[in-house]
Amino acid sequence: MTTALPGTAERVARFPFPFAADTYRYSTNVEPARRTVPTAAGSWGDRVLDVDAAYAAELELRREVLQRDPTRCSQLPHMRVAAWDALMTLLPELAATYPGAMSLQQRGDRWLWRNDLIGSSTSFVPGDEDSLPGGPLRLLGSQIQEDVVLLDQREGSLWADAGLVTFAADWSMGFDVGMRFLEVHGPVPRVHEAGVVQRAEQFLMRLQPGEQYRRTNWTMTVDRRLDSSTETYPEWGRDRRLVVDDPALPDRLHLRVEVQHLLRLGVSNAVCFLIRTYLLPLRELATVPEWRRRFAAVLAELPDDMADYKGLTLYRGAAVDWLTAG
Amino acid sequence: MTAVLSAPPAAATEEGGLLLTVAGVEEAAPGIRTVTLRRPGGGLLPAYPPGSHLVLSCGDRRNAYSLTGDGMAAPEYRISVLLCPDGDGGSAFVHALQVGDAVVAAGPRSAFAPVSTARHHLLVAGGIGVTPMLSHARAAARWGRSFELFYGHRPGAGAHRAELADVCGPRLRAFEQAAGLLDALGAALADQPMGTHVYVCGPAPLMAFVEETAAGLGWPGDRVHAERFSAADLDPGEPFVARLARSGGRVPVPAGVSLLAALEAAGVAVPSMCRQGVCGECRLTVTAGRPLHRDLYLSPPEHASGDAVMCCVSRSLDDELELDL
Repeated sequence: MTTALPGTAERVARFPFPFAADTYRYSTNVEPARRTVPTAAGSWGDRVLDVDAAYAAELELRREVLQRDPTRCSQLPHMRVAAWDALMTLLPELAATYPGAMSLQQRGDRWLWRNDLIGSSTSFVPGDEDSLPGGPLRLLGSQIQEDVVLLDQREGSLWADAGLVTFAADWSMGFDVGMRFLEVHGPVPRVHEAGVVQRAEQFLMRLQPGEQYRRTNWTMTVDRRLDSSTETYPEWGRDRRLVVDDPALPDRLHLRVEVQHLLRLGVSNAVCFLIRTYLLPLRELATVPEWRRRFAAVLAELPDDMADYKGLTLYRGAAVDWLTAG
Repeated sequence: MTAVLSAPPAAATEEGGLLLTVAGVEEAAPGIRTVTLRRPGGGLLPAYPPGSHLVLSCGDRRNAYSLTGDGMAAPEYRISVLLCPDGDGGSAFVHALQVGDAVVAAGPRSAFAPVSTARHHLLVAGGIGVTPMLSHARAAARWGRSFELFYGHRPGAGAHRAELADVCGPRLRAFEQAAGLLDALGAALADQPMGTHVYVCGPAPLMAFVEETAAGLGWPGDRVHAERFSAADLDPGEPFVARLARSGGRVPVPAGVSLLAALEAAGVAVPSMCRQGVCGECRLTVTAGRPLHRDLYLSPPEHASGDAVMCCVSRSLDDELELDL
């Protein structure tokens, strides 16, 4: 389950370190997409779709996960237009970001997609399911490292009615599909009392065609395990206990940051939610003194209910100890 | 026929909006001008959901006009505008446009999209209200949605009639007499599959007929969608005073004058766009007093909480309304 590692230097330089202060609370922390954010080690954020050194390895991992468990790609029938819309929005976006390596061309009704990075090419007719076995979401998921959720807007709510999510941080696309936005966020502590989820939903429902925003979220993961979805809990749950006394803790414990993009798709009016997961082991994080100090402070101060929800309770003390020693 | 997508469609909100060139003008029907707009250098324009508006800068004001395409990213936008001699000048501006003229538009704004879970879409258009329905019909045909369109217009004044016949085939039912339209609509509303959504755009009496008939037949409100294109449908309202909490000013708002217009006349700058209570641009925070909501933008819970007002159409229940200005 380990993927090939990109170089430490690149991983640290492009890591979206999410903490702007020594404490962390939930907020409706959205900002316009594509703005470069300088960090203590480099920068991130100038693009919506990010291809890095783990590209081929993560796409291969996604293929394996989907093969084992096809429910990671779930789509209600009325999301057909939105799925095509996502594909026809994001393939051009990818080609525009990596013009030397990828291209999308139209020949009559048929579109040709070429991706030299993984040596793949395909063609399809938008809107014609027969032209694309597996459907638009599966093709999209085979080209981008990001997970995708498509939200339908109706009856004054957003509904998580389709998605391809193989790298979930302890949740399940197959379980959540068809839920309202508020229901999807039901288990998150504090955010309901604070109105955070309601405000976020109102914000999303007002996004106009083509508008693009983003936010970050974070948790921690033992080992470089992208697939820590609820379905695989038996494989990774106990590691959260075993890691505490493992001398390899600083190499095994990762800060897991999600860069989440929120795009209003033009044709379908769906909101496309992209989740890109970055993992950085504590040992590499600690090479940046400012990150080491700040993450230790955030972890130490984090209220118990939030730490519990994020699944950090068993090992956060050990993590803080390691970060603050030395 | 090779097109290469080398750049993503420009964001709808790119700074300064979309710079467009008039690529065609034609008479869609007596008094109705269809204008085709393109990027000066060519290229795709942002995609949009059916029923979206293009907000066009018309001299010193900005007006929202329905886009009539199917919403796919395409090299051109089309709008069809009825000349209103007594209007605010937007339609006269559009009618004066010539091929080659430059115009500025904000990106498409969606407030009347089809509901994806609908089993069947019943589209109802009256007169120039056909423009969003043309967009709905084209998109429904493209994506294979079940739909039909009832279209009432004055004899000989049916804009886009031929295109609609082409797009809809037998799903188009056109009427040149109001009575015929209403009779057929009444029957249609009484005989739809469960899960049908109805969408109406046209003169106020047609919209009221559809809403009242549907309500009388037990249609859930969530399945009845009305696009209002004329703010003139609103009554003039009672006079009140807007109190400006921060600057301490007092702005009287007479009957027949909108809160937005009164603020502007008093020199208070408020961002605005559609001036019809749909776009959300002119939202103001209310610090005291009870708003009389007449907009279609704020949600029912927001209306109930009373801490915001869309000042282009909404007014005050109390003699004074205090605003965070």
